[in-house]
Amino acid sequence: MANSTTQKAKAAEATPLTLMSVLAPAIGWLIPGAGHMIQKRWIRGVLLFISIASLFLLGLAMQGRIYKANGGDILDILGFVGNVGAGVFYIVTLAQDWGQGAIAFATADYGTKFMIVAGLLNFIAVADAYHIAIGKKK
Amino acid sequence: MQLTITLNHFSAALVFSLFASIVFGITHRETMRDMVRYGLYCFAMFLGGVLVAGWAMWLLRR
Repeated sequence: MANSTTQKAKAAEATPLTLMSVLAPAIGWLIPGAGHMIQKRWIRGVLLFISIASLFLLGLAMQGRIYKANGGDILDILGFVGNVGAGVFYIVTLAQDWGQGAIAFATADYGTKFMIVAGLLNFIAVADAYHIAIGKKK
Repeated sequence: MQLTITLNHFSAALVFSLFASIVFGITHRETMRDMVRYGLYCFAMFLGGVLVAGWAMWLLRR
């Protein structure tokens, strides 16, 4: 127990909090791929942006539904957590009142899932940007 | 939003697999070569899974 605490403390000392380690995840969340781009990983950043943006926008075009914070239902809250990962795309969609979902379209449910997955993939990209910032990954 | 895109199940799975594989490849591996290889592996697994599940459901329905 004491050993584990000591190891964790040593690990925390080994990764000092730098400006980039805070900035890269924050910007990466807001604009997918930007966390990589500000660290000069241009190709990775652009590919991440294209992938996440395409998934989200395709989901929107397929008449998918966007989840709001006050869902009430536990599944709605999980949907919201997924959606919010898409950063600026989620904010703009919410502000414009898009993504209401259309029951008339059979593919609308695919669209809803596309938008959730886009957000979740961006969370992975944010974690990757952080690992690059602290030097854990090249 | 006025734009409406309708994808069938397979094309939706194809698009999903492509973009998810790109993100997985970039975020889960260190070198460029490994990223490409892992991305292709994920893409093949996604599509393979769709095809296997599709045939399994077809067999179950019979």
